[in-house]
Amino acid sequence: MEIKHEKIKTNLQKILPAKASGDKWDLHLYIAGQNPKAVTAFNNLKLICEEHLKGKYHIEVIDLLKNPQIAHDDHILAVPTLVRKLPLPERNIIGDLSNKERVLAGLGLVDHSELKLV
Amino acid sequence: MKKKERPSHRNILPKSPTSIQGLDEITGGGLPKGRPTLICGGAGCGKTLFAMEFLVRGATLYNEPGVFISFEETEKELTANVASLGFDLDNLVEHKKIWLEHIHVERGEIEQSGEYDLEGLFIRIHLAIESVGAKRVVLDTIESLFAVLPNQLILRTELRRLFQWLKRKGVTTIVTAERGEGAFTRQGLEEYVSDCVILLDHRVNDQSSIRRLRIVKYRGSTHGTNEYPFLIDEDGFSVLPVTSLGLNYSSSHERISTGIPRLDTMLSGKGYFRSSTMLVSGTAGTGKTSIASQFAEAACKRGERVLFFTFEESPSQLMRNMLSIGIDLQPWVKKGLLQFHATRPTLYGLENHLTTSIKLINKFEPNIVIVDTINGFMVGENQTEVKTMLLRLVDFLKMKQLTAFFTSLTSETENLSIPDVDISSLIDTWLLVRDLEIGGERNRGLYVLKSRGMAHSNQIREFRLTNHGIELLDVYVGSEGVLTGSARLSQETKDDAEQLLRQQEIGTKQFGLERKRDAMEAQIVVLRSEFQAEEAEALKVITIEKARNERFTQDKIKMGKSRRGDVSIKTTGTKKKKYI
Repeated sequence: MEIKHEKIKTNLQKILPAKASGDKWDLHLYIAGQNPKAVTAFNNLKLICEEHLKGKYHIEVIDLLKNPQIAHDDHILAVPTLVRKLPLPERNIIGDLSNKERVLAGLGLVDHSELKLV
Repeated sequence: MKKKERPSHRNILPKSPTSIQGLDEITGGGLPKGRPTLICGGAGCGKTLFAMEFLVRGATLYNEPGVFISFEETEKELTANVASLGFDLDNLVEHKKIWLEHIHVERGEIEQSGEYDLEGLFIRIHLAIESVGAKRVVLDTIESLFAVLPNQLILRTELRRLFQWLKRKGVTTIVTAERGEGAFTRQGLEEYVSDCVILLDHRVNDQSSIRRLRIVKYRGSTHGTNEYPFLIDEDGFSVLPVTSLGLNYSSSHERISTGIPRLDTMLSGKGYFRSSTMLVSGTAGTGKTSIASQFAEAACKRGERVLFFTFEESPSQLMRNMLSIGIDLQPWVKKGLLQFHATRPTLYGLENHLTTSIKLINKFEPNIVIVDTINGFMVGENQTEVKTMLLRLVDFLKMKQLTAFFTSLTSETENLSIPDVDISSLIDTWLLVRDLEIGGERNRGLYVLKSRGMAHSNQIREFRLTNHGIELLDVYVGSEGVLTGSARLSQETKDDAEQLLRQQEIGTKQFGLERKRDAMEAQIVVLRSEFQAEEAEALKVITIEKARNERFTQDKIKMGKSRRGDVSIKTTGTKKKKYI
């Protein structure tokens, strides 16, 4: 499966104007080429967002191979890296996002304490 | 295929020169080119500096741009830190000779979910390398990643991949790592970086810190295996190999005066060899510094440059003292031909002493280096260290073709102190100044213990400090033994009186002989005249006898004729027969 950059953008255009900034989830997914790990990560993220943040999220997929400078600018080491740009503060999650609970915790959708109970 | 591969084994491993003083000598040319090298050591032992110097030297001297990936310090911090060592990183960065990349890692803020890789890091390193066309890369300290990134298994796999990737790129890489307990690095990086491992150490001994470097491993190359002391100062890193130079220095035939005419005479009339090493040893107050000063003055008069290390007196005190024996060094200092360097022996560690000395020598470029006294180096108890250090200094001076003059303080009880004996093999000309105690007096005696490559006097000379410099006098050697000072003087007067007496005796004898000769000659005259008289008498008799004989013969003939004999008388010979 291929990730369509444009698809996400259109998605974003649909959601953005409707939501207030406080309620906006701005997520960046850094990948290095469209390898299986990147695809898995995107799919996992998409599923989680659809489930928990439906209608108020925006995912930007950034391919570092296409734009290497961003790795430097945004301090990216590991890929895939998911960065929660908004709401602040920034949060980083690395990996292919296959552990859903961890992603939820990382994004702050679930408390760490809650996570442990689960 | 096999045939093709074989010659490559014989090829020397290509190396990337570090230009770090001394390191290239012990590694046989530098770090392995195109391979990663691990630099490990404890906190504050100079890993970052080592790596930075490698990059800066590469960029400035070998036109090999470099990338510095810092996991700990920001670009600004790095630039400021190494500026104190004279590295202008801003300038190098501006001219695209060096690329600084700070990889910011925040601790405890990263959540992991599922598998990841370090492709982001790869991309950044790649970008940095491409930006400047780097041939050298530094990763300082990549171990920080372990503290930040979860899942060590993935991290290790990724690091292994990173080093292989760098190797494929053909960049010479330095990886720094903290020294771990019982292992070279905390995270066992030596497992991945196995081409060359250099260990830096920083320890404190006798309250002075000593930095040491050791090459633990250098695959495919021979290397020095010792621990080498190294220093970090305003000129960067310098490693001090014990004898990196070997004994291949050329030697000069030129001779230079000692400044003391009679000492020159003792050294086959010409003085020391240029670029040889002299040692004057003696007990306290025997005039070692004076000999050194006289030598310094003589050199300055020839227009040579002299660097004078004094570990015992301040320059002004030394000059004042020398003035009392008529050696004025002040003008030479003003002219810039003579430079003093005075430090307290205890101020620095041995290595520091040595490197400071070497630096000053390089800076001042003297012809002659004087060290007064080498005991100044004996800070610690460790004799071997002192010896190797002196060995290094002498080697360095030899290599530089400099004339070295050391003084050494020996204890009163022994003739030669231990350090003297230890370094004697390094010394070309060794003078010994000794106290000679005779007749309630203390005098100085000087002799040449050894002097390589020249005929030298075996005599002990009395050594005197006068108000016009050093004088050497013959000691009195006679039936009374070796005498100096007033004992020598009194003995000499005694000798003079004895000699006068003998001379008078000889005069009398000669006079008597003359008279005898005269008498003899008079007698000869008398004898001769007597003989002459006798001779005249004898001659007269002979003449008469001859005449008589003649007459007799004639008478016989006449008689024969008158008797008319028929037998004629032919000769006197037959006539005689006939009669018989």
